[in-house]
Amino acid sequence: MKLARTAAAVALTALALTSCAPPTSNNAASSSDEQTGTVRVWLFSEVNQDPKSAVVKEAVTEFEAAHSGAKIDVQYIPVDSRAERFKAAFNDPSSAPDVAEFGNTDLASYVASGGLADVTADIKDWDEARDLDSKILATTEIDAKNYGVPWFVGVRALYYRTDLLQQLGLEVPKTLADVESVARAVRAANPGMLGISVGGAAQFSAMPYLWANGGSIATKEGDTFVSGLASTESREGVAAYARLIKDDICPAQTCAEFGGNASVQQFIAGKSAMTIGGDFNYKAVAASAVKDKFAVVPVPGKTAASVAPAFAGGNNLGVFNSSTHRTLAADFVKLLASKKYQQKMFDSMGNLPTFSDVQKTVAASNTQVAPFIQTLGAGTNFVPVTETWSTIDAQGVFTGMYQKIVTGKADVNTATAEAADAMNKAFGAK
Amino acid sequence: MTALAPLQAESPRGKGTPSISPRPGGTQTAGNKARRRSKVKRGLEPWLYLAPAFIVLIALLGYPIFQLVNVSLYDYRQAQVSGKAPLRFTGLENYQKLFADPQFWTVLGNTVLFAAACVVLTLLVGSSLAVLATRLRPWVRSTLFVVSLGAWATPAVTGSAVWLFLFDPTLGLVNKTLVSVGLSEFAGHSWTYDKWSGFGLVASEVVWCSFPFVLVTVYAGIQAIPTEVIEAARIDGATMPRIAGSIMLPMLRPIVIVVTIQSIIWNFKIFSQIYIMTNGGGIAGQNLVLNVYGYQQAFAASLYGLGSALGVIMTALLMVITLVYLRILKRTGEAL
Repeated sequence: MKLARTAAAVALTALALTSCAPPTSNNAASSSDEQTGTVRVWLFSEVNQDPKSAVVKEAVTEFEAAHSGAKIDVQYIPVDSRAERFKAAFNDPSSAPDVAEFGNTDLASYVASGGLADVTADIKDWDEARDLDSKILATTEIDAKNYGVPWFVGVRALYYRTDLLQQLGLEVPKTLADVESVARAVRAANPGMLGISVGGAAQFSAMPYLWANGGSIATKEGDTFVSGLASTESREGVAAYARLIKDDICPAQTCAEFGGNASVQQFIAGKSAMTIGGDFNYKAVAASAVKDKFAVVPVPGKTAASVAPAFAGGNNLGVFNSSTHRTLAADFVKLLASKKYQQKMFDSMGNLPTFSDVQKTVAASNTQVAPFIQTLGAGTNFVPVTETWSTIDAQGVFTGMYQKIVTGKADVNTATAEAADAMNKAFGAK
Repeated sequence: MTALAPLQAESPRGKGTPSISPRPGGTQTAGNKARRRSKVKRGLEPWLYLAPAFIVLIALLGYPIFQLVNVSLYDYRQAQVSGKAPLRFTGLENYQKLFADPQFWTVLGNTVLFAAACVVLTLLVGSSLAVLATRLRPWVRSTLFVVSLGAWATPAVTGSAVWLFLFDPTLGLVNKTLVSVGLSEFAGHSWTYDKWSGFGLVASEVVWCSFPFVLVTVYAGIQAIPTEVIEAARIDGATMPRIAGSIMLPMLRPIVIVVTIQSIIWNFKIFSQIYIMTNGGGIAGQNLVLNVYGYQQAFAASLYGLGSALGVIMTALLMVITLVYLRILKRTGEAL
């Protein structure tokens, strides 16, 4: 035993001497910019993949025709395992793609990892970029530099059952307070029905409540972010959302664990009178049993006729820092994110465009997207653009706050103070 | 432990007579030389035999543990890994952070309680079924074995998903059955809403998929007890409980101890079941255990340094538990 221990100690010391620090890789921007060769592209795979592939294929053909000697190799990667894929690509630049699609909430952490190239100049030199929705473009910006081109946006609005509201003689909610009272009234009349299906883990449904009440998740002060969750306005917004997850609207037993998808599933299954769902959920709802009995309006704000600021979700296209085809990669991004192809993506996938003028055209000819475009027009908001947000998100700080309140583990003041504290700690760890 | 066996066997010989006897008729000095040479040889020999095992151990166990400890002493996040931010040696800061965090202590408490409950339940269920199996008719026993081996063979992920489906609030078979027998309060009842109900649900899945190991091992142990011993005890007038307590249990001790250590280690390291059945740690993280917490910190949140510190604590805890166990064994003269 003693001998074995000594031997192990010797071996460990030897190892410690040979390799002291943990391994790191080098992600410096590539110096070469080849004008020919293969440009590797990562796009997310979809449940309904074919229409996306068709549009992308068209773009690839057009690009290859215009750039002789260049080839585009598109790989579809699953959204669920994207974190591992991207981290692996940052750790081993030789296996990284040149262009990638990524969620806009992931951007800050990718930039902090040194994985994404600054594309500010490319956007500046691009004619069409003038029409990009400025609020959406801002989600790609860190320290006045853009690290991606917005490809499409996703916003949430209020879905409601026309038949149920009519039966009870209820009006379509015009304020957030109306949403609550209508939801309560529907459930009182139909005890088997959720007044509005929202979830303790559905952070993007909760954010409009926070922002409409004048609250904020965090604001930038100098170099770092400071959480605003413990402010009076934020607490009002948090409390207003938490009031929905109560027995008389959406019982915590059922709803505390719901994320955004689960909430919408309840609506699709005909088990709830309202829900906060995205434009990307529209097709599924329109194909469900409630297809003739629902309508969509923007989530109302605090006062009548106002719209609650929605979370501007969506995906960007970006260029990898390690790319050896910098110019080709940026050109392909500009093509795939162009007005022409955004229009095609809308036609085939229903992805909302990021150009204000294209948004108006599609809203004019497609009434179902009007409430979402209206929400976008009313002004959107976003999570703090810092890499520490992904840490906060992974630790469940924001959703945990709501879950603690609705399960009675903490009151609004305690839960918001704790969450603000945890966030500030994470922001400070930078 | 087994690796040390050759060493112990060697030692009595090493003291006195050399194994290679001096050549007869050789001079005094030649004999001395030969003795010295063989001593050196004997000193090296066991190490040579052990070398392959040591090399494998160091490569597969030593190096990863070394890196784990190493990483835990740095501020090591994604930015550092991909070379965007400078690597900073922080000493024990990660550990201090953890020990100052009340959530860590809650999670540690959860883990200990949860693992203890799983170990006790697994052993109870497994051993009782093993005793039962010795009294069953062969075909019933075979059926029992086939059924429980099926549970054992089920991958943790699949098992968890199936259990979750059975206990689904609205569509699950369990709630439907409970409602159909008149317990209407179970309509839409969420089994993971309450912290302990959630842990209970996961624990039953864990017991379900790990009791067969105990069953098979203990059953084999019981079969290995010579029937003469038990017959002799019976002739001496011992009652059945007395035979079980004073004859069978002591003879089963080594097996029970192996099974217990195994169970402790397995149940401390539970990951998939909690991760899947409570959706990554339950409502507001109420069902987090050390391993899931470590995953959340290290990989989801990209705090590799902090996550490694958790890994080190986990490894140290398990080593301590195992050593204490081995110690107890040694003291009672039942070395493995």
